[in-house]
Amino acid sequence: MEMDMSLSLANHAESNPLNNRMKMGAALVAISFLVLLLGLFNQFYNPILLGIFIIMISAGSLFYTNGLYANTVDGIKNNGVMFQSLTNRGLWAWILGIVLTGFYIILYWYPQYLGLNKNGNTGLVRFFDPLSYLLNGKQASQWFVYGTFYTLAILLMGIKFIRKNRHSKYQVFRTVSVMFFQTAFAFLIPEFLESLSADKAYFSKDVKNMWPLNIYFTDQWNIDGMLKGGNLGAFMLVMGIGMIFIISPILTYFYGKRWYCSWVCGCGGLAETAGDPFRQLSDKSLKAWKVERWLIHTILALVTVITVAVLYTMFYDNPSSYWLNKKSFSILVIVFFAIITSIVLLKRKTIFKDFDKKAFIIALSVMGFTVLCLINILMSNGRNVLFLDAGILRQGYGFFIASVFSGVIGVGFYPIMGSRVWCRFGCPMAAILGLQQKLFSRFRITTNGSQCISCGNCSTYCEMGIDVRSYAQKGQDIVRSSCVGCGVCSSVCPRGVLKLENGPIKTKKLQGPIQYVNGAFEVTE
Amino acid sequence: MSKKVIIIGNGIAGITCARHIRKQSIFDITVISSESKYFYSRTALMYIYMGHMKHEHTKPYEDSFWENNRINLVQAHVEQISSADNNIQLNDGTNLNYDFLVIATGSKSNKFGWPGQDLQGVQGLYNLQDLQTMEQHTKDIKHAVVVGGGLIGIETVEMLLSRNITVSFLIRERSFWDTVLPDEESRMINKIIQHHKVDLQLGTELKEIKSHNGAKVTSVITGNGEEINCGFVALTVGVSPNISFINNSGVETDRGVLIDHNFRTNIKNIFAIGDCAQFKTPLDGRKPLEQVWYTGKLHGETAAKNIVGLNAEYLPGHWFNSAKFFDLEYQTYGLVLAQKADNEDWFWWQDKKGEKGIRILWDKNTLSFKGINAFGIRLRHEICNDWLNDKTPVNTVVHQLRKANFDPEFFKGYEKEFAAAFNHQNILIKN
Ligand SMILES: Cc1cc2nc3c(=O)[nH]c(=O)nc-3n(C[C@H](O)[C@H](O)[C@H](O)COP(=O)(O)OP(=O)(O)OC[C@H]3O[C@@H](n4cnc5c(N)ncnc54)[C@H](O)[C@@H]3O)c2cc1C
Ligand code: SF4
Ligand code: SF4
Repeated sequence: MEMDMSLSLANHAESNPLNNRMKMGAALVAISFLVLLLGLFNQFYNPILLGIFIIMISAGSLFYTNGLYANTVDGIKNNGVMFQSLTNRGLWAWILGIVLTGFYIILYWYPQYLGLNKNGNTGLVRFFDPLSYLLNGKQASQWFVYGTFYTLAILLMGIKFIRKNRHSKYQVFRTVSVMFFQTAFAFLIPEFLESLSADKAYFSKDVKNMWPLNIYFTDQWNIDGMLKGGNLGAFMLVMGIGMIFIISPILTYFYGKRWYCSWVCGCGGLAETAGDPFRQLSDKSLKAWKVERWLIHTILALVTVITVAVLYTMFYDNPSSYWLNKKSFSILVIVFFAIITSIVLLKRKTIFKDFDKKAFIIALSVMGFTVLCLINILMSNGRNVLFLDAGILRQGYGFFIASVFSGVIGVGFYPIMGSRVWCRFGCPMAAILGLQQKLFSRFRITTNGSQCISCGNCSTYCEMGIDVRSYAQKGQDIVRSSCVGCGVCSSVCPRGVLKLENGPIKTKKLQGPIQYVNGAFEVTE
Repeated sequence: MSKKVIIIGNGIAGITCARHIRKQSIFDITVISSESKYFYSRTALMYIYMGHMKHEHTKPYEDSFWENNRINLVQAHVEQISSADNNIQLNDGTNLNYDFLVIATGSKSNKFGWPGQDLQGVQGLYNLQDLQTMEQHTKDIKHAVVVGGGLIGIETVEMLLSRNITVSFLIRERSFWDTVLPDEESRMINKIIQHHKVDLQLGTELKEIKSHNGAKVTSVITGNGEEINCGFVALTVGVSPNISFINNSGVETDRGVLIDHNFRTNIKNIFAIGDCAQFKTPLDGRKPLEQVWYTGKLHGETAAKNIVGLNAEYLPGHWFNSAKFFDLEYQTYGLVLAQKADNEDWFWWQDKKGEKGIRILWDKNTLSFKGINAFGIRLRHEICNDWLNDKTPVNTVVHQLRKANFDPEFFKGYEKEFAAAFNHQNILIKN
């Protein structure tokens, strides 16, 4: 008797009807969006209206959260996840996905429809002008509107996530942290700085947003902006470089990439809060893991090559404007890559253990490609990367990777592909931190002896699509470059099998499955 | 020459056995099972019903795994074993020969002959088919009755509550699972059950199941004569080996298939593992039947060694287990039984909120550590195991409990409070 359980079980009614508080919350949120529509289509602008919008959407969301979790017992709340249309790729998921994707397309390429206008905004952008004036003294841009939405989403959905996971201090602390970094570092501080140095050239002022996630960091306008930006500019330049080469490797050594990806980063912050209801949609197949390894490392190679090309061009075109020139820059690049290559070769045994030869092939081809491009750049005037113009490549990267991938697909497809598509397949920052995590980090997820019952909760709820169970049932530690340390696998495990830990690298249990035999834990394979 | 191995049953025992034979040999391996083609995790049945996962999430290996590892899967029911001819018969009439046969057919739910036990909407919870009928029969019902206070019983209660179905939980014992748990632990669980607004009826037996229309259940009568209206009855009164098809095969059985410590039955090339196997002479401190996940794994692994020609005896080490009662996690290491033996002493501690509890058991004479029950706390298996191996003094365990802490980061420590309470009550054994 063959039968398809998932089909027969998927079609039943949602198990928890809305209670009054949830209904009221949903109504408030709906009305707040109506207010927003007023702004979008009407000429009826008023700071009070903006205030009403923010208060209503916040109150509505808080009411809803409260209704949802107030009368529940502390613990895991995944009842009905696989039945609900929104969280199981049903109609609502597709509608939301299309709306989000549409919003991103308009935001990136047609901001005029949001009302962006240099000579006086209208519509939605104008609706947010009052807040923008308050924070930085200028009229709003589409990015300001986006930033406000983004921050609101992280804050409100963050509160929901905290309520849902109130039994776990790890989840609570981590979420408070992303909420703080988004609000202070990504939103408020840059706006204040903007207002302080309004006349200076604009440069990126979010210190936590480092290269290569922030591809603009090495653009000439940004570098010039920092160089001419006085003390603040100098601080940004030093911090920016320091973050990449010193601070982030050190923190990753001690805590794994989670310190960034699930405690600090804005993309991660959104994924962990607004994206949380969709985490189970990540693809767990081996095939997806293969695609991930190729894609993310190729993007890292691309961003590296492009960055070097852009910088080289800058030094080439302006031989005496900077502290570095094309020669010293070339030497720096060569030395840096020599070091990286030797580390990879020396450490190949640890790096390629769990996916052996194929990973080695990926690494070799990606590194080979990088080196080839670099030679090509350094031998030409920088404008030539494998017969392509560096400027065009840089633009292409900005368009396809930094916009289409991270925004449209990364967030727009939350309800269809899960919350970490960008972080897993695309983000070059995640790729670098992942390599560090795999190569030299004290972080790992340990598994508890033989307590695993192979139930699959951990794998299902891993937003990075890691098959956590495949390690847990063998008693192996999970040391995967993509793991962002969200800790959800550990939370949902009903048998207390998983623990996120930092410890001496030597004690990571990578070798062969360990079974509980003869009263001792021994390697059996 | 490559030998032919047939394994009946694709549960954790059969599958582990197949995997380990493959790792160590080029034998021809066929796994025959009637429930589903692919191995899935039975322990996750409740999560499918509650909507945490779909059936596909409960499959520990991708479907391609089996072909890649040259393990043939056949979905069919084995009707008979002819041990004299080294041959089995399937329900479709096929005959298959084997060099080695492994019986890993698991369990089936118990039914104790209650009137009305075969009505619609009355069932146990063991396999996918049960899950499907439960899905059918719990649609649009308001109240259900769960009979039998074990692990599957409490899981079934939780499942029903997740669908907003209220539950009467009939338990014959005077407290939940008190045949296994000491009093305090058992009472702790009673409280949780009641906290979830379950109509918990302790010391209550099922007498009869009734139906107005003779088809679907409409009420049950309890031993006290009370009638409870309900649309569904779960009988979770334990499981027993699923071996009825083995009769007349020449394989010796009792409650389960009888085996020695190498998992061999009375017939040399036939093995039995997992829930359906029964040790002729049980190991010290262990039961003749072991019906849990990890023992199924160990059985399969050890039997595989014997099949490929290594002589391997079953050495399961110290007992351990875990479960979750609603949101309360439970782990145990060593043998902590409902009653302590004469030469044992124990100490129970509970935090103020009643969310955590620890019981520690030791030998009165040697003062060595013998076991621990933990509630709302995660303990490190390796460390507890070391303590048991080393017969560590209980005092040391109490004061080094932090070493075994496996709770997530930032969770509140409890060790000091526990040690203080322990010292307060057990001044005598301070050493
Ligand atoms: C709801 C539930 C929750 C549980 N939770 C836990 C837990 O949390 N922790 C724990 O340790 N244990 C738990 N258990 C017990 C655990 O699942 C079992 O001990 C374990 O699955 C037994 O594995 P097995 O391989 O021996 O048999 P099974 O998993 O029962 O597999 C046997 C297979 O053989 C098939 N079969 C039987 N006869 C034939 C035949 N004649 N021909 C063909 N195929 C046949 C059956 O259909 C079945 O698929 C739970 C059990 C249930 C039902
Ligand atoms: S493995 Fe666990 S901690 Fe890592 S990303 Fe997946 S769920 Fe999060
Ligand atoms: S680690 Fe935990 S959640 Fe994952 S399969 Fe094992 S028991 Fe289930």
